[in-house]
Amino acid sequence: MSTDEKGNNAAESDISPDHHPAPDGDGKLKGGDGAGGAITLFFILGLVASLVVGWVVFPKLLYSQKKQPVDFSHALHNDLVDDGCQSCHFFREDGTYSGVPKLAQCIDCHEDVNGEDPEEEKFVTEYVAKDREVPWLIYSRQPDCVFFSHAAHVISGQMDCVTCHGHIGESTSLKVYEENRITGYSRDIWGKNIAGIKRNSWDRMKMDDCADCHRENNVNQNSVQTRRGGCFVCHH
Amino acid sequence: MGGDRRSFLSFIIGGAAGTALSPLPWKLTDDSSIWTQRWPWTPIPANGEIRYVKSTCLLCPGGCGIRVKKVDERVIKIEGLPEHPVNDGGICPLGAAAAQLLYAPTRVRTPMKKVDGRWRRIGWAAALDEVGAALGQLRDSGQSHTVAAICGTDRGTVAELFKRFLTVFGSPNFIRMPSIQDNYELALYLTQGVRAMPGFDLAKSDLVLSFGSGVIEGWMSPGYMFRSKSELTDNGGRFVQIESRLSKTAAKADSWVPINPGTEGALALGIAHVLLKNGSYFRDAGYDEGFQSLRQSLEADFGPERVAELTGVDASLIAKLAQQFATAKRPLAICGRGGQEGTPGAAREFLAVHFLNALAGSINRSGGIWAVPEPEYIDWPEPEMDAAASTGMQVSRLDGAGTERYPQARYLMNRLAASINDSQNAPVQLLFVSGANPVYSLTDSEALKKAFEKIPLVVSFSSFMDETAQAADLILPNHMALERYEDVPAAAGFPKPILGLARPAVAPQYNTRHVGDVVIELAKRQGGPVADAFAWDSYETCLAETLSGQWADLLEAGYAVEADFAPLPFETASGRFEFSNRDISALPAYSSPAAEGDASSFPLVLIPYSSMRLPAGYIGAPPFLVKATEDTILKGNDVLVEMNPETAAGMKVADGKPALLETPRGEARVRIRYDNGIMPGVVALPRGLGHTAYDRFLADKGVNVNRLMASAEDPGTGFDAAWGIRAKISRI
Repeated sequence: MSTDEKGNNAAESDISPDHHPAPDGDGKLKGGDGAGGAITLFFILGLVASLVVGWVVFPKLLYSQKKQPVDFSHALHNDLVDDGCQSCHFFREDGTYSGVPKLAQCIDCHEDVNGEDPEEEKFVTEYVAKDREVPWLIYSRQPDCVFFSHAAHVISGQMDCVTCHGHIGESTSLKVYEENRITGYSRDIWGKNIAGIKRNSWDRMKMDDCADCHRENNVNQNSVQTRRGGCFVCHH
Repeated sequence: MGGDRRSFLSFIIGGAAGTALSPLPWKLTDDSSIWTQRWPWTPIPANGEIRYVKSTCLLCPGGCGIRVKKVDERVIKIEGLPEHPVNDGGICPLGAAAAQLLYAPTRVRTPMKKVDGRWRRIGWAAALDEVGAALGQLRDSGQSHTVAAICGTDRGTVAELFKRFLTVFGSPNFIRMPSIQDNYELALYLTQGVRAMPGFDLAKSDLVLSFGSGVIEGWMSPGYMFRSKSELTDNGGRFVQIESRLSKTAAKADSWVPINPGTEGALALGIAHVLLKNGSYFRDAGYDEGFQSLRQSLEADFGPERVAELTGVDASLIAKLAQQFATAKRPLAICGRGGQEGTPGAAREFLAVHFLNALAGSINRSGGIWAVPEPEYIDWPEPEMDAAASTGMQVSRLDGAGTERYPQARYLMNRLAASINDSQNAPVQLLFVSGANPVYSLTDSEALKKAFEKIPLVVSFSSFMDETAQAADLILPNHMALERYEDVPAAAGFPKPILGLARPAVAPQYNTRHVGDVVIELAKRQGGPVADAFAWDSYETCLAETLSGQWADLLEAGYAVEADFAPLPFETASGRFEFSNRDISALPAYSSPAAEGDASSFPLVLIPYSSMRLPAGYIGAPPFLVKATEDTILKGNDVLVEMNPETAAGMKVADGKPALLETPRGEARVRIRYDNGIMPGVVALPRGLGHTAYDRFLADKGVNVNRLMASAEDPGTGFDAAWGIRAKISRI
């Protein structure tokens, strides 16, 4: 409080030289002398406030929190299937990737309620019984302007699912889906770290992350179709 | 104050520095760039499994094979089926845009009933109850013959179900929509003695004389004709288009012969005259005495000078065309104006053109015209007829077809409106309309609209809210073409018997029912012999049973074609091609039919033309096609009337300016388009515009040319022979 008052007083006393700046620079020097602390203080205040806004408040405002329609344990299901991730997230005959399973794949086991989990009951009564597809929120959905082929990465490139998707296969429940209010895409694309710093290969799925990996692995830098570089490998 | 300001500035600078050191600006920049690529109105197609369904197109009589591309359960694209005998992977714009019809806002989503002029949704049970009760009442009161059905075709199981229903119910009034097929079938019957469909081996011909046929504008099967025309050109064959305007077909022909509209038949006879005079005709056929009578009448009335005067084609050009036709190895003459939606035309005109093929020996020969037998795979047991049915069937047809007055016609849809409007009472009490939009597509559509008002119950089976559905009292919506099974018994103009199977690409999107199921259900509700004639549980079982021998193959391939088929031989009394016989002589001699109207008050002649982008039959143009219609046809909501600048001279109208087009039947606002490709004195409007029904993408654009036209009855057959109408144009 006291420093504030002091600062204010000092500022008030400086009013005239500041309004009529002396050509010899005296006024400036004098003013700097008296108000330097206050100015520094306000600078710091502004700095701290904006850092707090930028690092803490902004991410909270930017992302809305959405719950998946039904909870799901990857760990539980992974134990029951033979073929790992591809048991449910499989490639179709034509090489296209099926993505998130449809009811048709769940229905063999979940035509009726099997266990005592209320989430399973919800799934069966709300979706299976009504023949409604579950509107899953997809953490890794990329913008429509990107062409991404799972076959090229997983089959030709022999990449693990974990490299991009992390250890979601071991999770026992689905995390909150954070949707970017501006872009409409999941937070997982930019990454949890608002500064964009990643520790693991699966922390971010931005264009630069694709490009880094392509460069490291010496992937063809030219588009097959257009024979032009860079952008057209993924964008079209 | 100074300190406040300085601190404030300092705070701002600190804030700016802090902001720059935070992720906020960088993240926002990135996000906003992504935001600009994701406008809410930009559709992002859903991912899913891509599958193809083999089917046959039901949108016109073309019988093209299609494969429907789907992502999961959504149709996204229609392609031509590769190696299909009709279209070999090709597809017309309407077929390609069919997905828009499936998801169109104009679909009728549930049965509807008109109450006090407004549509109300009703359930299927209530709708069927209502029709069933009306039918029962009519039959009980001995009025079964007042039930009529208008269908787009008379072939295939759906049409046969309607026919069977009417027969056992006791009504002779099954009516097929009119088309050039009426006259082609008649020409084959009269001259060759066969009930057959015409097939054109156009690709293998080396000279095609087309008397106004829009071969690349929807004539016969568009998919087959596009292909055939290209093959003809690739093989070095020549194509001559005889037409009063430079249509797309004329523009793509090797030569174009402008002719006074309506006189095409006279030119054919003029050419025949030259062929006979020069002795350059196919002599091996051993023609009978009919040939001599033709020779005499041609000599008397169709000398080149007279024909030149009638047609406006120079006598020397007539001689040249005849010479080219005579020297070609496999010449072919075809007729039927424009695309599929043309009026049937005059029987004598078709005979004249068909005579050219006979004289050239081009019948049932490679590169010629073939007689393709009508499909015979529908072999249902004869239904048992009770007294009511027999009595009803003995009443003469309302349209007069097959009566003493019109012995040659099988159906006369064009006469229906007059016979209802001229009657004191209501000769039709209940009318079914399936696969047709006559209130829009018939010449003089206003008369039919009036006739509809006299029919107590009009039931439409349309999948779309078209003009006929709008004028109906009850709509029992059929599944749309991509949602249903149906047999496609032929491909128009294809020279071999081919049976296609249309099958559902997706489950019905709305609360619709297959029209076949509805007919079976209505029959069952009648009980007694009517119900007994319909032993099937559903349309699908009816179809599968009917096609039992071929069902598996049809499911696999999508079609069955009789590849090694031989065209039907002549079955006339003489066993030869007959240029004249009792039936032919009964038709009045050829005369070019006149356009209705008085030449002094209507100095011009208006003709309709066809465009591939503007289907004008049962199906209305989907949005893709309206968008793709060039601005020489439709500008904003105004249709352009084609007019030679010479015609416009002294008329105070100008290119691109609005004008009033009047005919004896009506008037319309149009815009003028100067075009040197149309004969002076003739003006032309496209078919397929001026819809009052459908959705905002199609309705109220341009003018329905049928509204301005008058039907002109061919005195011999009763078919509508109208090819144009007199008109005048004035400045607005």
